[in-house]
Amino acid sequence: MTTIAFDEQREQRVAGIIEGLKHKPGALLPILHGIQDSEGYVPESSVVMIAAELNLSRAEVHGVISFYHHFRTTPPGRHIVQICAAEACQARGARQLEAYAQERLGVEYHQTTADREITLEKVFCLGNCACGPSVRVDDEIVARVSNERFDQLVNELTTQSLEVK
Amino acid sequence: MTGTSVKVFIPRDTTSLALGAEQLAAEFTAAAEQRNDHVQIVRNGSRGLFWLEPMVEVETPAGRVGYGPVTCADIDSLLEQGMLKGEQAHPLSLGLAEEIPYLKKQQRLTFARAGITDPVSLDDYQQHDGFAGLRNALAMSAQDIVDAVKASGLRGRGGAAFPTGIKWQTVLDAVPTDLSGQKYIVCNADEGDSGTFADRMVMEADPYMLIEGMTIAGLAVGATQGYIYLRSEYPVAHQILNEAIAKAEAAGFLGHNICGSGHAFQLEVRLGAEAYICGEETSLLESLEGKRGLVRAKPPLPAIEGLFGQPTVVNNVLSLAAIPFIMDKGAQAYADFGMGRSLGTLPFQLAGNIKRGGLIELAFGLTLRELIEDFGEGTFSGRPARAVQVGGPLGAYMPESQWDTPLDYEAFSAIGAVLGHGGVVVFDDTVDMSEQARFSMEFCVAESCGKCTPCRIGSTRGVEVIDRIRNNENREANLELLGDLCDTMIDGSLCAMGGMTPFPVQSAVKYFPEDFEPKTADGGV
Ligand SMILES: Cc1cc2nc3c(=O)[nH]c(=O)nc-3n(C[C@H](O)[C@H](O)[C@H](O)COP(=O)(O)O)c2cc1C
Ligand code: SF4
Ligand code: FES
Repeated sequence: MTTIAFDEQREQRVAGIIEGLKHKPGALLPILHGIQDSEGYVPESSVVMIAAELNLSRAEVHGVISFYHHFRTTPPGRHIVQICAAEACQARGARQLEAYAQERLGVEYHQTTADREITLEKVFCLGNCACGPSVRVDDEIVARVSNERFDQLVNELTTQSLEVK
Repeated sequence: MTGTSVKVFIPRDTTSLALGAEQLAAEFTAAAEQRNDHVQIVRNGSRGLFWLEPMVEVETPAGRVGYGPVTCADIDSLLEQGMLKGEQAHPLSLGLAEEIPYLKKQQRLTFARAGITDPVSLDDYQQHDGFAGLRNALAMSAQDIVDAVKASGLRGRGGAAFPTGIKWQTVLDAVPTDLSGQKYIVCNADEGDSGTFADRMVMEADPYMLIEGMTIAGLAVGATQGYIYLRSEYPVAHQILNEAIAKAEAAGFLGHNICGSGHAFQLEVRLGAEAYICGEETSLLESLEGKRGLVRAKPPLPAIEGLFGQPTVVNNVLSLAAIPFIMDKGAQAYADFGMGRSLGTLPFQLAGNIKRGGLIELAFGLTLRELIEDFGEGTFSGRPARAVQVGGPLGAYMPESQWDTPLDYEAFSAIGAVLGHGGVVVFDDTVDMSEQARFSMEFCVAESCGKCTPCRIGSTRGVEVIDRIRNNENREANLELLGDLCDTMIDGSLCAMGGMTPFPVQSAVKYFPEDFEPKTADGGV
């Protein structure tokens, strides 16, 4: 598949998402979520399309994207791993886990591992505050994450993708 | 094959899933099948006894018996030792679930069904008083509904404790400016405070209660559109809410003609995008409108000019979830709980370094110490508890000398603390309070909406100043500077983000001054 065909396909998907949601009152966040869920991020090309369809300037769309921690404008790794850095998890050793995770993966927050498997993020609370430290792996939340448990999670993620390949 | 099947309950809330409930349910089903045991697995919500999760319950003639915390490795021995008959020989046996003291000592109104029912079963919900409040409300005038909520004494559970009935009255009396005459009900499900999970539990264990509460709110103020603004950090709640809304619509509890009454109410979940400030109601409304979550100046109140400029009720999940009980059992039944001006019950959430963390719904008036010691049984680490942060990241850190304060709004505000959304985060004696104070400022830097300078810049300066104190650079002068900075933030901020971030900082300095002293030789630095 050539890059051009890939870009065209993506443009079609994004156009479909915008078309399906733009009639909603306050459609911008649902559209941004839709695009990020489908593409993994909000590509610059889609900003132009959103701006045109919602009658906004590109700067306005960018302003909204940058306000929220959730939205990203560059492609992430295959998996997103978020470490809870809020108080209840701190009380259970989250600071130590944050340091360990960065060391183990060899990246800092908002970075992706060299093999493009994992993007590491921090998050403030996952609602699992009685059983921290908490970690979110894509859409799954994991409780009481020790360093060993973190290793195990990372290994599961990387072997999974080996099998897929 | 003969014999009726035994009902087995395995929760599907975030914490249970985070502790392996999904795999447990799958392996349990397979193991039972292999043994030719007939079981019907129900995926209930959690009862909120989180240290026991995954807690598996079996229905027996004597009642539901519990086992927990269950791992996949326990399944065979549990089945062998007669769990399906409710036998209690296994070490994980907990006896009758309702008799577990942690649960039995509670006064569960809002959480009466939590963990008991299948969250998305309309039959379960209705068999446990579900929609009784709505049916009553449908037979009442809007004003009578608002009067009942006023009489209940319910105060908003989102943090500010504003009387819900008065808010609803304002929206009922307000005239929409747009031609469609639209008013809105917005449920604040942003639950950003660390240490809180009561909203999540409502949405994951008993979503129809929230749907019912919002529908009644719609009837009370004349609104036909509702939005649940849900934080994106709650993927499980998102899925369960959407499932429940679809079923409620299909059964006529939502939509154009609620229960054949001719009244309409539409409901939609909208996801936030990881911004703590969007829990502030006007920032939330901006976000719902598709904008940056900049806090609006008040007035106008959202009740008069809210979503898309129209009259809008913004209420926390717990406030709306309390409504079905009030409309079913009566305002007085609700007001009979509590003390002084803190009426009803408050779901406290025990979190952080605690042995038995979970949800504890009680009338106001218990003390913090009772909560931590009697329910929580001390810290998870086994070390002495040292500091407790109540009311989320903007709440003060409380030293042991304050733990005998009764948990009610007025008693807390009298000592400069807040109850907020009822989150209680316990720290043991390894905590470094200067590090916690630094985090409060850092959190404000990350989450400020950026509108006012004292909040945006003040917090950045706050981090720097605390770093200098921690490094023992000009300690005295910097401590004074920190005090001034806090005062400036309190006085010059538009909302509580900048206005209350100083609370945890100042309380840390005041009650834990030794943590701001130069480190001793063996402590490094
Ligand atoms: C920084 C900040 C964050 C807030 N976060 C929440 C929240 O996550 N959930 C909530 O219900 N209220 C939150 N509030 C309070 C809301 O502004 C508002 O008072 C509440 O939604 C009103 O509902 P209630 O009257 O039912 O409590 C927050 C307020 C501030 C200043
Ligand atoms: S205090 Fe902070 S969060 Fe609140 S309006 Fe001002 S800048 Fe925004
Ligand atoms: S503080 Fe980490 S899950 Fe709530």
